[in-house]
Amino acid sequence: MNNIWGFTISNARAINYDKNDHSFAQYIIEKVPSIQLCIGCGGCTATCTAGMFTEFNIRKLQMLVKRGENQEAYDNLHKCMLCGKCLLVCPRGVDTRRMIFNMLKYIDNQKQ
Amino acid sequence: MKLEAKQQIWKDYQKEIADDRYYYARSCIRQTFFPGSEWAYLDILGNKLGKTVFDDPRHTTCTGIGYHSDVVPVETIMTVVARHFALMTEAGFENITPSCITSFGIYTEILHTWQEHPETEEQTREFLWKATHREFKKPKNLAHTSDVIYKFRNEIAALKQHSLTDVHTGRPLRVVDHIGCHYAKMFPSQGIGGAEFPAVLSGMVTAWGGEPVDYPERRHCCGFGFRNYLVLANRGYSVANSKKKFESMQPYEPDFIITNCPGCAMFLDKWQYTISEMEGTTYGKNGYGIPVLTYEEAAALVLGYDPWEIGLQMHQVSVEPLLEKMGIPYDPDAKYRNLRGEDMGRPACPTYLKV
Amino acid sequence: MSVIIIGAGAAGCEAAFRLAEAGIQVEVVEKENQPGGNLNNWYQLFPDRKPASLLRQRLQQCVSHPLVHLHTGTVPVKIQRTPQGSFNVNLDDGALLEGKALLVTTGFRTFDATRKEEYGYGIYENVITSVELENYLANGSLSTSTGKLPQRIGFIQCVGSRDEKMCNFHCSKVCCITAVKQAIELRELFPDAEILCFYMDMRMFGPGYEEMYREAQEKYNIKFIRGRLSEASENQEKQVFVKCEDTLIGKPLRMTLDVMVLMVGMESSDGSRWLAKELGLNLAPNGFIQASDPHYATNLTNVEGVFIAGCVSSPMNLTDTLTDARSAALAIQEFLTIPIHNH
Repeated sequence: MNNIWGFTISNARAINYDKNDHSFAQYIIEKVPSIQLCIGCGGCTATCTAGMFTEFNIRKLQMLVKRGENQEAYDNLHKCMLCGKCLLVCPRGVDTRRMIFNMLKYIDNQKQ
Repeated sequence: MKLEAKQQIWKDYQKEIADDRYYYARSCIRQTFFPGSEWAYLDILGNKLGKTVFDDPRHTTCTGIGYHSDVVPVETIMTVVARHFALMTEAGFENITPSCITSFGIYTEILHTWQEHPETEEQTREFLWKATHREFKKPKNLAHTSDVIYKFRNEIAALKQHSLTDVHTGRPLRVVDHIGCHYAKMFPSQGIGGAEFPAVLSGMVTAWGGEPVDYPERRHCCGFGFRNYLVLANRGYSVANSKKKFESMQPYEPDFIITNCPGCAMFLDKWQYTISEMEGTTYGKNGYGIPVLTYEEAAALVLGYDPWEIGLQMHQVSVEPLLEKMGIPYDPDAKYRNLRGEDMGRPACPTYLKV
Repeated sequence: MSVIIIGAGAAGCEAAFRLAEAGIQVEVVEKENQPGGNLNNWYQLFPDRKPASLLRQRLQQCVSHPLVHLHTGTVPVKIQRTPQGSFNVNLDDGALLEGKALLVTTGFRTFDATRKEEYGYGIYENVITSVELENYLANGSLSTSTGKLPQRIGFIQCVGSRDEKMCNFHCSKVCCITAVKQAIELRELFPDAEILCFYMDMRMFGPGYEEMYREAQEKYNIKFIRGRLSEASENQEKQVFVKCEDTLIGKPLRMTLDVMVLMVGMESSDGSRWLAKELGLNLAPNGFIQASDPHYATNLTNVEGVFIAGCVSSPMNLTDTLTDARSAALAIQEFLTIPIHNH
């Protein structure tokens, strides 16, 4: 269709929880149950090596996965440098390093 | 959905609406897009209900569009509104009834501002005097014209020639309402039924034999905004709001949409064409759109006015399927003839939206 | 030398027992036909999941003390001071009670959820309050209005609390932990359902509360979403469609719930409001009765001889209510035994 209008209709920004695919979240929760303990304090993100210089936000990333906003998580996952500082600071004992490894693994499995 | 609890809310939010002698404040947009609506209102009030309505040629825009688009300062809009009050006072009227929801919101907000900050009223009086040598009394009663029609919904029902029912099956028509945001979202106490479950339009629908349908995005704004749709760069998210509403109401298969706001009526009607051209989607049955009526148009149809006399040919979405359901006779040939009976020509046909 | 207690909830019963144990005659007035107050609507207590009935039995024993005289199904209609400073309380059943001191334990009322119109309580078929849920839990079953087992249940925190629009600035304190407890109980009923909790802050102030929250997350897979519900609507399937923001992601969030539970907050009870007016008691801005001092005189009011305990002064959990009641009993004993008051 030829766009003679000078604009296109915006897509909804809202998280459509009913329609989103929750299989990624289920996989991660099964592999790394401790991610359920996150209370969103942001300690991990404050100390993150990658987050200092890129849009990478590990707190937000795992929350996006939990809501089924997978694409945004996929797009950012590889920025993690796996230094492990987030693991060290987390007050809830979330195994963030294991979480990232399993997320990467899930994406690899998807590709096959 | 439990009706009893809604009725309790409706009881909690009743407002005073004057009985007679209204000073009429016209809308900018409606006269362009739905010119038959305001005519129908005046005719119904004057000739069917025997009320006195003063339609003042000296009355102007309230400048609400300019105000909401940051080109008219608040002092200016207050002075323009004060001039309307002065015209009303000079004409010997005390009840003001704007036809536009934005004007209604602005009148309400300004009266409230003057009450909370009397110095702004003093300043406005001074500006008005300097500019026009006019003085004013504040209105005794402020009601939107949909409030007035709501007040007389049962009187209109008593005079009805047609019901909001499908004459072929006897089924009440399913009607979704869309209330303009500035009707009650800023001042819930100023809307019949409040802001969450307004009864102003659904009350009319019920009184005239239809079935009001509540749908999940009923409260959502149509997306008009002001600077939002006026500026091309913003129009994508402006129209997306109407689309969201259509998607939400479509599963209920509404027979028509009823609105009380000029911008909303225009948007919900015209955007159905835009969305169909841009995305190929239509929301009514068999490729048609969902007809959009103003409350005066709905009242006029119920009262037996000719559809073309009240300007329904100005609508983008065809009303013919609705007229056929209601058993309202119409002359297809007369649709595009002017008052002298001359052919005005036909608009081009949309690509996807059936007309 | 007797003491009159108005309200036989947890605070009233506990205080009555402590005073009676000290040899003081106590007259307890209760508007309902049985003692227990709001506890009568409860199934299990947090954080230990003790049956509320155990505590009710205990309270019943408290008011069965030989020195406690319980007047049920009646309310005061008039209270006057004698020249000697005693209280004459006329009840609506015609009785006249006389006491040296008056203890107000009229507790709280739960927020009327219909006032939060945009949540559709009373209108949408699958919106219930936390009090109603407690009842369903007691009966061990919950189904949707269409008779289905709920697949997705959402708890909405702060309904009528921390809400300027409802004229309630205060936090009701116990709703956070109540939702955690109820979510766990629902998980036991519905092992496969999705259970979510929409919150503004999780305020786990009591001993064992934070631990219970943690357990709810990890062991019971309750999902917590930080965002306040802005409005709800009903779809064709009678599900509740909710709009909130996932504030920790920074995006609006939309979902449908099979059942939505409103965590209704606490407000000053009608009895407290009436007594405050009748006795000239100062009210705090939140409408609860104001204590003389927030640290040293939590059971004293601006009127000499009138004492307060429990949720009459602010939202409290049961632990604090019972402690406050014992503290009030002590304050009253001091008042009765010190002959000359320097007021």
